[in-house]
Amino acid sequence: MMYHEIMIRYGELSLKGKNRNVFIRKLRDNIRRITKDLPSVKVKSEHDRMYLIADEGREIQEALERLQDVFGIQSFSPAVRCRADLETIKETAERILSGMDTEGKTFKVEVRRADKTFPLKTIELQQEMGAHLLPLFPNLIVKMKKPEIRLLIDIREDGAYLSTKTIQGAGGLPAGSNGHALLMLSGGIDSPVAGYLMMKRGLKLDVIHFHSPPFTSEQSKEKVVELAERLSAFGTRIRMHTIHFTEIQQAVQDAVPSALTMTTTRRMMMKIADRVREEIGAKAIVTGESLGQVASQTLSSLSAINEVTATPVLRPLIAMDKLDIISIAEKIGTYETSIRPFEDCCTIFTPSNPATKPRTDKVIYYEGNADFGPMIEKAVAEREVIVLPLKKDDDPFSELL
Amino acid sequence: MIYFDNSATTMPDDRVLDTFIKSSKAFFANPSSLHRLGIEADRLLARASEQVAELAGMSGGTVVFTSGGTEADNLALFGLARGNRAHGKKILVSAIEHPAILRSIPQLEKEGFEVGTIRVGRDGVIDLADLADQLTSETSVVSIMHVNNETGAIQPLEEAGGLIRAKSRAVFHSDAVQSFGKVAIPVSENGPDAISVSAHKIHGIEGSGALILKKRHGLEAILFGGNQQEGLRSGTVPVAHAAALAKAMRLAAEEIGRAPYAEWRNGLVRYFGDFDKVMVLGAEENAPHILSVAIRGIKGEIAVNALQEQDIYVSTSSACSSRSRKESHVLQAMGVPDDYRHGVIRISFGRMNSERDITRFKEVFTTFMETIERV
Repeated sequence: MMYHEIMIRYGELSLKGKNRNVFIRKLRDNIRRITKDLPSVKVKSEHDRMYLIADEGREIQEALERLQDVFGIQSFSPAVRCRADLETIKETAERILSGMDTEGKTFKVEVRRADKTFPLKTIELQQEMGAHLLPLFPNLIVKMKKPEIRLLIDIREDGAYLSTKTIQGAGGLPAGSNGHALLMLSGGIDSPVAGYLMMKRGLKLDVIHFHSPPFTSEQSKEKVVELAERLSAFGTRIRMHTIHFTEIQQAVQDAVPSALTMTTTRRMMMKIADRVREEIGAKAIVTGESLGQVASQTLSSLSAINEVTATPVLRPLIAMDKLDIISIAEKIGTYETSIRPFEDCCTIFTPSNPATKPRTDKVIYYEGNADFGPMIEKAVAEREVIVLPLKKDDDPFSELL
Repeated sequence: MIYFDNSATTMPDDRVLDTFIKSSKAFFANPSSLHRLGIEADRLLARASEQVAELAGMSGGTVVFTSGGTEADNLALFGLARGNRAHGKKILVSAIEHPAILRSIPQLEKEGFEVGTIRVGRDGVIDLADLADQLTSETSVVSIMHVNNETGAIQPLEEAGGLIRAKSRAVFHSDAVQSFGKVAIPVSENGPDAISVSAHKIHGIEGSGALILKKRHGLEAILFGGNQQEGLRSGTVPVAHAAALAKAMRLAAEEIGRAPYAEWRNGLVRYFGDFDKVMVLGAEENAPHILSVAIRGIKGEIAVNALQEQDIYVSTSSACSSRSRKESHVLQAMGVPDDYRHGVIRISFGRMNSERDITRFKEVFTTFMETIERV
């Protein structure tokens, strides 16, 4: 059976009162954007459902794959639309079932009647359908609870939608429907997961990355570009800001005793991130910190680092175990990239004895040894900005392949 | 020269050779090296791999670059059979598979697998009822080629897949060496889980092919060493070959349904219909680029020689077996009558052919038939 429509059910956003339309529009735009390269796909939204329609069966298959990554969708079903009259619905159901393996399968008809002008009541239509289909497919066994084949008939004003399969969506809220924040993306396992979780709550993200050539290689930056690009598949486009950090890192080494360089380095990163956040008009900073995971993530460290700003710092992983973080990273396809063995700017200058309980007042005192302000301004002004996903034309191999 | 033996091999396309030469020069580094040159070669390899998966309708799937179709088929059969032993030890293959599959059977049996063959009808198409009968919950691998190399018969992969899914947990492999770029490979959920392709059948370079899988499906390696290609095929990955294969596949995929092969084939079928002694083999729905005919009472070899004198190149049944005197297992399986069975020639089209070649072929063939009538 070739399907030409996908019925998309909204998740939590059905509850969102008067913001509803904003959410629906955002979701529709996000779906349109990820299907832009599928020419026959059309998306139309209604109050409580969205429909994706395509002439090409292959494009429906592709859309079914991609929709699984879109936030704000509770579930979706490949569906066949037909005229909402009893005979046509019967014929359509017959066609769907005859393309399936019905041998010994348990079965149930479910009806939703959004269009109340339809002449048969829910129960009546259910009975009619059962009476019509069961003699035609004698191997079906009727079962009301957990049937293997659930034929859903959704009667709506523009027709009846029939489907037998429901695919779980990613849940959450449409990316970009809940404000804008800046993610500090290192290239490790945690920060992409933090970004993913916040995008799932509807945040639009920019990402900031710190690069320290020649101590960190071009490849380690490429890796972060790849991670950011992967994240962009879950929602809106992502701008990536790359900060050249070498000069500041060296200045930190000179100004601060080695046990505190890590804390100061993080404070400088946070300051820079906050300046960038201000420039792009974002409302929060997102990090992948998880309490106690490393020396910079003890409560004392977090507090000393956080002291540089009053901006909300969102830490969705703060209470998560490493193994749980890894399993999300694997699920969202960032893990393999994250574990590639390149030095990042945090590992290069790591002192052998970082303070796990840095005192903020001491840190501030030593930072007085250098004039970081102008260095920070310069790093912010000279940052590189790219937009992800990269356009296909930017693919250096397109001519070869 | 009129070359009508494109199912044996094709002439490489200049654009593919160009990719091969440029990639060999600019991306010669070992893609496993950590330095920038290695990383760049690895990125080209990754893009080539992505493109190959995408063109096979298996975006995001696993691609293993191999030395060609035979290795891809061997890898699929042994790698999937061994890796899915927990599901069962029963394997099913069609009776008309390429020797890369059929001659693997004795070795599989030595390893304790039970291998069944699926019957084909006179049209060269597998008997779906026989497949359904033989499938059990212990069937772990099923291999059915997409287009037969001797007759061009297209196998009903989607229907077969439906049966396989309904009756077993088997991994479904298809040898698509002859079909890629000629006949669309079904990509629905009932389509194959894995396909083999070969570069030199699609105007690529000999010595290169791939096994492409929707996901890993338990595949085990059959070559061991440096664990390249995620451990699935050891050996330094030939990046330029991979890029050239991706390019050849793209060019071929863009041609699907556009090349006038069906028109030529149908014209020839009508033309052969005028000869009492010539029987067209296979169904009308066959792949458009392969046409096999049997001539009563002569050996195929004689036709090959006669045409060759006029600079036209065709083959007797399949090139792999045409030098051996053994009867074709495919023609046997199809039940071609005895007095025709030795006189089979195969005409197969490719990108370098034109309408004029067809006209010229008809002239030469008519003369040839007049000659043998007189003998």
